[in-house]
Amino acid sequence: MTREEAEKALQTSSRRSFAVAGLAALAGAGAWKWAGTEENLRANLERNASLTKGLVSDRRLAETYPVSMAQTPRTNGVIGLESDLDLDKWRVMVDDSKPWTLEQIKALPKFEMTTELRCIEGWSTVVRWSGVRFRDFAARCGVNPASTYVSLTTPDENYYVGLDMASALHPQTMLCSEMNGEPLDADHGAPLRLVIPVKYGIKNLKRIGNIRFSQQRPKDYWAEEGYDWFAGL
Amino acid sequence: MTNYEIKAKHPLAIRWFHWFNFPLLTLMIWSGMLIYWANDIYFVGWGDRILFKFFPEEVWKTMNWEHRLSEGMAWHFLLMWFFVINGALYVSYTAISGEWRHLLPERRSFGDAFQVVLHDLGIRKEPLPYAKYNGAQRIAYTGVVAMGVGSLLTGLVLFRPVQFSWLMQLLGGYEAARAEHFALTVGYVMFFGVHLGQVVKAGWNNFRAMVVGQQIEEVAK
Repeated sequence: MTREEAEKALQTSSRRSFAVAGLAALAGAGAWKWAGTEENLRANLERNASLTKGLVSDRRLAETYPVSMAQTPRTNGVIGLESDLDLDKWRVMVDDSKPWTLEQIKALPKFEMTTELRCIEGWSTVVRWSGVRFRDFAARCGVNPASTYVSLTTPDENYYVGLDMASALHPQTMLCSEMNGEPLDADHGAPLRLVIPVKYGIKNLKRIGNIRFSQQRPKDYWAEEGYDWFAGL
Repeated sequence: MTNYEIKAKHPLAIRWFHWFNFPLLTLMIWSGMLIYWANDIYFVGWGDRILFKFFPEEVWKTMNWEHRLSEGMAWHFLLMWFFVINGALYVSYTAISGEWRHLLPERRSFGDAFQVVLHDLGIRKEPLPYAKYNGAQRIAYTGVVAMGVGSLLTGLVLFRPVQFSWLMQLLGGYEAARAEHFALTVGYVMFFGVHLGQVVKAGWNNFRAMVVGQQIEEVAK
């Protein structure tokens, strides 16, 4: 046939295909709008978390590095660190009733590790951390065994993080009092901070004031800003 | 007079995979940029000499990619499922249907690709022999799938570096994986530029075949 005849013969199926393509594009735009609500995006983050959090166990340890690689991490943000702190009067309050001094905490078996602190912004720094394992601390707190979550807050409660119990009891989760061989300075969370290499930096709360064990998922500062509550690595 | 015929070109499945992937990859790159903004450290240059920074301040502003990290992560970690599933279906389909025979590079494809480049630069004057995909296309279309696998692997490390720590070590560490993930993205954008140029050059009949599946071909009388 001639070129024109061929074009003509192709016209019907061509129109049909482009109509289907147009409808598919509309459906795609609809799906985009539907999926993009805050609620649905969060539901997906939760699904991702439950798909992968089963893997956080004693067998999955964060990579450790030689001490020689350790550096001072950036200090991002001062939320919860803005008020003056009297180190002598400072206590960690457990479940709003049991105060712990730094000396009491440091009397627990010492634990040290060199891991990579990974910020949700995309940078990372290898740091040498010293302190005690959170699981050793929890074992001495008389925690209600039914507890499934832990909440940590700064003394002024302006910054707060929530952890699932498996992550909190992970063998590399620690209450840290020293960084790179020196006691923590104020910017890095003196006198005691959380270090949890199986989570992004946002969960590594500085200047711990309160630790509360619970059966309900605690509120979390950055989760309220649209970030993943689980924030697991 | 030249004679023409309507010939089937692209199977329906391939067309769906292609057109599903296009907006999906675009949105993956968009959400990726929202994430990358929070630590925009990459540039082209050497030592202290910066030829081009990803990205200059004006680009961030114009594109409205600033202060949207949480939004970017939420989208990226949703769309990734569809990107991977679509890619896996595409590869399975080409494997099972036999389409791979048109797509995988052959020994001669590298020489052919060189001829394509010479032709496109206007150095080679005689027309290229007709094939569904020429040597350059075979290399490009297989290469871009390999890049997709690379994005998946480096992405897994960025998504869950502790749980995929063995893969992280294989890829040179967390920061290396991030740089690789970004470099692959730059690769997609370059692929897209060349692809778009070639599609425009090849013309409507060729483009229509990617939607309709058929194209009009000249046949000997």
